Amino acid sequence: MSLRLTALAAALLLAGSAHAADPIKVGFVSTLSGPGAGLGVDIRDGFNLAMKQLNGKLGGLPAEVLIADDRQSPDIAKQAADRFLKKDKVDFMTGIVFSNIMLAVGPTVFENKTFYISANAGPSQYAGEQCNPFFFNVAWQNDNLHEAVGKIVQDKGYKNVVIVTPNYPGGKDAVSGFKRYYKGKVAEEVYTKLGQLDYAAELAQIRSLKPDALFFFLPGGMGINFVKQFVAAGLSRDTQLFAPGFSADEDVIKAVGPSMMGMFNSSHWAHDMDNAENKRFVADFQKEYNRLPSLYASQGYDAALMMDGAVRDVKGKVSDKAALQKALEAKRFKSVRGDFKFNTNHYPVQNYYLRAIGKDASGRVTNKTMGTIFTNHADAYVASCKMK
Amino acid sequence: MAFYRAAPYQKPVAIALVLLLAALPFGLTAFGQEFYIGFATRVLIFALAASSLNLVLGFGGMFSLGHAAFFGIGAYAAAICQQAGINEALIAFPLAMAVAGLFALAVGAISLRTRGVYFIMITLAFAQMAYYLFVSARSWGGDDGLPLLGRMTLAGVSLADDTHFYFAAFSGLTVAMLFLGRLANARFGRVIQAIRENETRMEALGYPVFRYRLVCFALGGALAGLAGALLANLTGLASPNLLVWTQSGTLLVMVIIGGVGYLYGGAVGALILLCLEEVLVGFTPHWHIALGLILLGVVLFAPKGVAALFGKKHG
Amino acid sequence: MTQLILEQALNGLQFGLMLFLLAAGLTLVFGIMDCINLAHGSLYMVGAYFVAAATQAADSFWIGLGAGAAGAAVLGLLLELSLFRQFYKRDHLSQVLATFALILIANEAVRVIWGAQPVMLNPPDALAGPVEIGDFFYPAYRLVIIAFGLAVAGLLYLVVAKSRVGMWVRAGAANREMTEALGINVQALFTAVFVFGTALCALAGGLLGPLLAVQVGMGESVLILAFVVIIIGGIGSIRGALVGSLIVGSVDTLGRALLPTLLRALLPADAASTLGPALASILIYLLMAGILFFKPQGLFPARA
Repeated sequence: MSLRLTALAAALLLAGSAHAADPIKVGFVSTLSGPGAGLGVDIRDGFNLAMKQLNGKLGGLPAEVLIADDRQSPDIAKQAADRFLKKDKVDFMTGIVFSNIMLAVGPTVFENKTFYISANAGPSQYAGEQCNPFFFNVAWQNDNLHEAVGKIVQDKGYKNVVIVTPNYPGGKDAVSGFKRYYKGKVAEEVYTKLGQLDYAAELAQIRSLKPDALFFFLPGGMGINFVKQFVAAGLSRDTQLFAPGFSADEDVIKAVGPSMMGMFNSSHWAHDMDNAENKRFVADFQKEYNRLPSLYASQGYDAALMMDGAVRDVKGKVSDKAALQKALEAKRFKSVRGDFKFNTNHYPVQNYYLRAIGKDASGRVTNKTMGTIFTNHADAYVASCKMK
Repeated sequence: MAFYRAAPYQKPVAIALVLLLAALPFGLTAFGQEFYIGFATRVLIFALAASSLNLVLGFGGMFSLGHAAFFGIGAYAAAICQQAGINEALIAFPLAMAVAGLFALAVGAISLRTRGVYFIMITLAFAQMAYYLFVSARSWGGDDGLPLLGRMTLAGVSLADDTHFYFAAFSGLTVAMLFLGRLANARFGRVIQAIRENETRMEALGYPVFRYRLVCFALGGALAGLAGALLANLTGLASPNLLVWTQSGTLLVMVIIGGVGYLYGGAVGALILLCLEEVLVGFTPHWHIALGLILLGVVLFAPKGVAALFGKKHG
Repeated sequence: MTQLILEQALNGLQFGLMLFLLAAGLTLVFGIMDCINLAHGSLYMVGAYFVAAATQAADSFWIGLGAGAAGAAVLGLLLELSLFRQFYKRDHLSQVLATFALILIANEAVRVIWGAQPVMLNPPDALAGPVEIGDFFYPAYRLVIIAFGLAVAGLLYLVVAKSRVGMWVRAGAANREMTEALGINVQALFTAVFVFGTALCALAGGLLGPLLAVQVGMGESVLILAFVVIIIGGIGSIRGALVGSLIVGSVDTLGRALLPTLLRALLPADAASTLGPALASILIYLLMAGILFFKPQGLFPARA
């Protein structure tokens, strides 16, 4: 209790003094427990790595990162965001993994005129009609990686596909993204409960449909279990697996092991991309956390760099919202994925690549970049965005 | 038999409390602690929800482990009303109460045929059904819940402002508590408490025991629905998590800490639990351990709850 | 088609047998001491963590399973002696509050010790693939679980139905006071049952570990299912728990597998894809409400 009273007294004393002395505050709400935890932890570790490289500063000013776990629940996320916005009065928010949580938290953030830099969730709503000046996505629009997979499945000539996704907005975005470029027959769309871990019933159903390819989007622990059980059921012999990068990244590969070899997936970033920023990021990440970074980690890392560049651009005057928005839109940082730019709806226009899982030179099972699927690809919703 | 009766000092204490609560948001604003207005509103809403469970559990003697279903249905009813274009709380809130009350009526009509542990479990089963229905209903948002577009209006006044909304919740709770206080000492309240104490005797005396219980159960459900509608407005979201069984457990914990069968038991319990949470969160992210230990302590050393100190049961 | 039906039937059996391991301890604790133990799911979670930790330490799944279950049994013994004894005399409300508190403590303690991220267990390498019998494919590991579950269920049935201890247990469930009056130490009997129930929980948690994930909160959803099982079967009855588990396991699996297809034949595709999963998940609760409506004491009431 005394801790709180001291903090209150301090707050009252400081209320009159200049704002310049305040650190830049970032509210980081993410999924750090439960089946989706791996994603949130990677985003956090990527973000923290950037902060460490920046010596704990954003745009040269001292910064403070407040971290909260949303336990993959929109209510808890909303409460945590409320606390950051109204009590701690943060300057930026970031970290949310899942689109349903993003959509629940978004309105509060925008009402408070605080910039949200999304390091993962890219719901179609915020790319289209509900686009908002205070929302930026530094990763992708949800559909994009699925569109890329749809294109590849189409190009490779598969004819009979089963789709498996969780029953939530991200899952539905996945299906519409995939079908935007895949024009063949969809034998079945299987919707599972978000967080489901046992897929025995679904796998039996899939076996009876005899698809030649299977497209699944199951982030985190869900995907790990699905692939394991898919292989255990002997389905991998006749059915080729395809997934967006989320379901075939280092976290999943580490958990499932060599049985993932030969699986195709799409991404806007890969750890073997050849640019100076990426090399430094991948090397430092491995040194710091003793594992390969995933695309989530790269997104968290980019989010921190994006804030840093914008704060530096406005010379620390984060209270000037219009100037800060301009600085964010101008993208004053070098991304680990190479160059990209922001569209009018604050979502990236960028390249998407094909990756395949195989053994690298040192015998490690990991992702290898195989080629480019889309160049300077925008999302499908930007036309309906009337940014104010 | 032990009927509820207010302690002699309860009335002045209640008046002082009302005045204090009415002044609270202004005090918080003066000190720049607006965040805590939202927190105080949350406490008021959970006080109402816990009090509604206390009516069922404490006064009616019905051990329901599915009360969160009515709470959640109230929240969804409010959100669905808004989706349908009804943005006036004076219409939406009574509608939410009616829907939650009707659902409670249906659940009660079936569940009240069972006794003891089986009653606990069948109320739980119905709550789970409601939970899975909302999880799967895609037009109501499924797993994600149904967001509100903004707070509703009350008699034409927007509740978007935190202080305005605080007073809406405050008046809701005050009216409900006045109602519950009157009810406890009215004929209905006496009968329901007598049934709790000795069902067989009341049956023999010719009271329609089942019907009295059912009405009490449905009333509790309706009040929980009001709390749910308020909560949806506070957080801007009707989420299936409100119906999950651990939420029922939390409401039970509030009532038991506060004091089962004491008029202010639910309210006191909600205040204690939420304040504990708020204080403990400041010290450690692992505050659940501390909370669990405190709850264990309550069971082992103060099984009658805290409100036992304020109200009296007399024999 | 035969493949599909057989595969789904085996899935239902596997799920049901695992539920039985959980429900067996719960129904006895509930039946004999009239104690509502909401923390039963937490014992399952903690048991699974014990197995995971032991597996990693011993680098062998089977040794880990045994060591984890033994560890959980010791924990069960300590809990019974220190806490649960205090709860028996209390009313159901206090039991619910106290065991709810234990859930909070267990979840958070696990978070502190093992972290918030799920622990992924792998089945032994030899069992990672499918078993092929002609055209029929089935995951080897699931077959092993089924065999294991059948063995435990058979053993438990023999102990409870045929042995002297089993007779005391059944007597305790039917009428505790009378059993005490006959000079049987019900207190010690209960400690034994509680410890045994905890070990079964840990076995279930460990066996399911490679299929699900060992994580915080895994006990809460499964606890409700275990309650549904023992209510359907009749509180205190091992036979009821077995029948209830198999019913719940197969109804849930078949519902999930067949309902969406069935509904699609009857309804427009959009309505079917919404209604299918919803109906599938509430099916077992409907079943329970239905059974309670006609048989308010469950299928095999232990108390006369």
